[in-house]
Amino acid sequence: MSELPNYTFKDFASDQEVRWCPGCGDYVILRAMQKALPMMGRRREDFVFVSGIGCSSRFPYYMNTYGFHGIHGRAPAIATGVKLANPKLSVWVITGDGDGLAIGGNHMIHAIRRNIDLNIILFNNKIYGLTKGQFSPTSDIGQKTKSSPYGNTQRPFNFGELAIGSAGQFYARVPDNNPNDMADIFVAAEKHHGTSVVEVLQNCVIFNDGAFDSMVDKSVREDMLLYLKQGEKMIFGKEKNKGIRFNARQLEAVTIGENGITEDDILVHDATDPNPSMHFMLTQLQYPLPVGVIRSVDSSTFEELVDTQVSASVQKSKFKSVDDLLFSGETYQV
Amino acid sequence: MSNDGHMVAEHTEQAKIKLDHVVIRFAGDSGDGMQLTGSQFSDTSAMLGNDIATFPNYPAEIRAPEGSVYGVSGFQVHIGEVEISTPGDDVDVLIAMNPAALKTNFSAVPKGKTIIVDIDEFTSKNLTRAGYDQNPLDDGSLDSYVIIKAPITQLSRETIKDMGLDNTSMNRTRNMFALGMVFWMFSRPLDYTIKFLEKKFGNKPNIFEANVKVLKAGYHYAETLELLPSAFTVLPAKMTEGTYRIIMGNTATAWGFLAAAENSKKQLFLGSYPITPASDILHELSAHQHFGVVTFQAEDEIAGVCSALGAAFTGDLAITTTSGPGLALKSEAIGLAVMTELPIIIVDVQRGGPSTGLPTKTEQADLLQAMYGRNGECPVIVVAPSTPANCFDFAYEASRLAMEHMTPVILLSDGYIANGSAPWRIRSIKDMQPINPAPSPEPEAAADWMPYLRDPETLARQWALPGMAGFEHRIGGLEKEDFTGHISYDPENHEHMVKRRAEKVKRVENHIPEQQIDGAQSGDLLVVGWGGTYGSLITAVKSLHEEGRSIGLAHFNYLNPLPRNTREIFTRFKKIVICELNMGQFATLLRSEFPEFQYLQYNKVQGLPFTVLELNEHFSGLLG
Repeated sequence: MSELPNYTFKDFASDQEVRWCPGCGDYVILRAMQKALPMMGRRREDFVFVSGIGCSSRFPYYMNTYGFHGIHGRAPAIATGVKLANPKLSVWVITGDGDGLAIGGNHMIHAIRRNIDLNIILFNNKIYGLTKGQFSPTSDIGQKTKSSPYGNTQRPFNFGELAIGSAGQFYARVPDNNPNDMADIFVAAEKHHGTSVVEVLQNCVIFNDGAFDSMVDKSVREDMLLYLKQGEKMIFGKEKNKGIRFNARQLEAVTIGENGITEDDILVHDATDPNPSMHFMLTQLQYPLPVGVIRSVDSSTFEELVDTQVSASVQKSKFKSVDDLLFSGETYQV
Repeated sequence: MSNDGHMVAEHTEQAKIKLDHVVIRFAGDSGDGMQLTGSQFSDTSAMLGNDIATFPNYPAEIRAPEGSVYGVSGFQVHIGEVEISTPGDDVDVLIAMNPAALKTNFSAVPKGKTIIVDIDEFTSKNLTRAGYDQNPLDDGSLDSYVIIKAPITQLSRETIKDMGLDNTSMNRTRNMFALGMVFWMFSRPLDYTIKFLEKKFGNKPNIFEANVKVLKAGYHYAETLELLPSAFTVLPAKMTEGTYRIIMGNTATAWGFLAAAENSKKQLFLGSYPITPASDILHELSAHQHFGVVTFQAEDEIAGVCSALGAAFTGDLAITTTSGPGLALKSEAIGLAVMTELPIIIVDVQRGGPSTGLPTKTEQADLLQAMYGRNGECPVIVVAPSTPANCFDFAYEASRLAMEHMTPVILLSDGYIANGSAPWRIRSIKDMQPINPAPSPEPEAAADWMPYLRDPETLARQWALPGMAGFEHRIGGLEKEDFTGHISYDPENHEHMVKRRAEKVKRVENHIPEQQIDGAQSGDLLVVGWGGTYGSLITAVKSLHEEGRSIGLAHFNYLNPLPRNTREIFTRFKKIVICELNMGQFATLLRSEFPEFQYLQYNKVQGLPFTVLELNEHFSGLLG
């Protein structure tokens, strides 16, 4: 194998014209991905991007890697076949809140449950974009959309809860206006051994503009977001004077120096804790909104278990050719 | 054990009626072990050189209430010294383990034939459960049959009463008593079954011993029973010399894929979701992961086919297995395989439909679904095996066609041949037609390479696999520009691509054999069939042809595209009758493909195979 080329983001851009709406959050994700891939130490031909249907799912066409634009909701299933057929590949699933959580919800939870080493990037814009503005499984109660003109009456999924509830071992959340953090998280997802799930809070400029602004807009995000860092205290706020403590069996945002609260009361983030309870609570926290790698626990992967078992069977087998099987056991002569 | 062979030797000295073939049906509660009993009998017969055909008939309920008619499970064996192509129509010997088994199977036994019943089970409670107002053994309704009333339960229990077994274990040996009786009647040795029991109960010596004792008790009982009207003997069939084994259709299908993987040097990948009657293929391939097979039991049917498609994109020989309802669920993904021009094989082991239908019964009503059940103009190759043994050949052939032509193939098996078994003459896989999958591009071709570059003859595109440097490309369900593979909404290009995909499948006709006719090569009546009905059709056509009638059989294994000489064959006969276990789906296809012919139809939709008798009568009528 020749030496790894010195890739830049340009090496991962395909010759196809990008057709998302101007101002769409997807552009940031595309750029962050093209920036992240050269940092992963892998060859370009080993990347495979698999998608379903929706705005997000056009993504593979814009990447100069192997790509498979699948059918609605089925990307995790297609990607599972790719990964089992060749576990050495770095396989990515690009999906959205409709594709991944409505029509493809079943494949999503089972991929996560098996802990197959896929990197699943879910673009959550809380709306159906490509079909022009219906509510999605992450739309808020009361949200007015084309198919809910009087307000959405369906309770939403919190994807973090769903991922961890599906026995997920890696879950990260990142807003779409921070390409550097996003690229770092993509690198972390790729390094993680097992299913990595990244939820991108993505703005749809046409049908749900500003859906996350109250939390992620540059003017408020220092105060509204909790940037989680492994091994560091859960401190947030422009003044770095606020933090999260565990009180009355729940997480609570507090100000250091008020009501006798000191830095010692503030929790330390440990994404690697096998016990998912704290991670689960973090996915539920509304204020501040935790972003970054919430959970990252190393455990054996599906394709490793398959590969180990199959290799051992091949080693042990007395059958070297199918002929040996055909002529084995109860045969007789005529 | 050695004196078992001796018993046969003694037995053969007695007077016997010689038969060229005989049909035996074992029927009892689904928990009575009838499938095992029947398969022991058929395997033993095959070892003696008989040709055999079997047909299990079991309820969808795993354990229906004991003694009820819907809990009856049956296993029919047809053995012969002549070539046997079907499990038989009329039952010569019925073994009914209880009243419900008698009630549900009685109509298959012609007058004068033999019925063995376990008299101990004909209690008033069981009679009521089976829906009998009075005991059929007493009311004279069975007077025209040879009825053998054997106290099977009582004698089985008596035989092993001192072994300290519990009630359930004791009762479970009853099927061995019945098997022993039938072994004696047909001069079969016991050693094969004793060996089998040893393997099955190797770690439970007590149970093993009990079963052998009861088996022998049944054998001796039959020997000494004065009521047994006659003993039968069936001599070995005249079959082509070679090494044989008994194989079930689903096993043969699985092994055909194993052979195709080895001969094409591909890893075999199966993505599947359990469904009756296809699950045995999943079980069989899972048991053979020592050949490097990866079997993935997916979360649903759609994930099964989609994972196969992902594996095909990555260069595996990729298959998915299902039955009718699952094929419906997979249809969108099969469309994606057509669009991306990737080779996958979809096995549909057909069952009675629509909807959940008759899960454990057979039917051929998925043909039009296989042909057309997708959105858009979406042609695929469709092939159908016609016997349990040639499930092997057509699984292999489906793999060859898929990978050489880069297109999905649907393999239409059915519950009848999938669960049926027959002797199979084994050939080395080295002697099979080689498989040359569409090539991957050479590294030096990278500069000018395009994903939809085609082989000028087959129109197959090249198979560039993730991991190959310089061939990074994107495929997907959106319409693609030919050659470049770029997304294209261009009207002219779309029509061009629709025609290309159709032409690619059509050209497969140059790579498959011509259609053969059995019997008369031209004349009065051409019988047309396809898939799993071959056994019944060939038996009926052969017997009429041997009587000197002008009748031939064109039995199709290649359904799309059809063999090149199909039209020419049809011109040779005055009448054409298409026989199918559906309402006339192949007839519909042929009418649209070759409208110049008049097609008669013979259809049956009862979840059951054709009987040779009904075919004979029908064909005789048409021949006039």
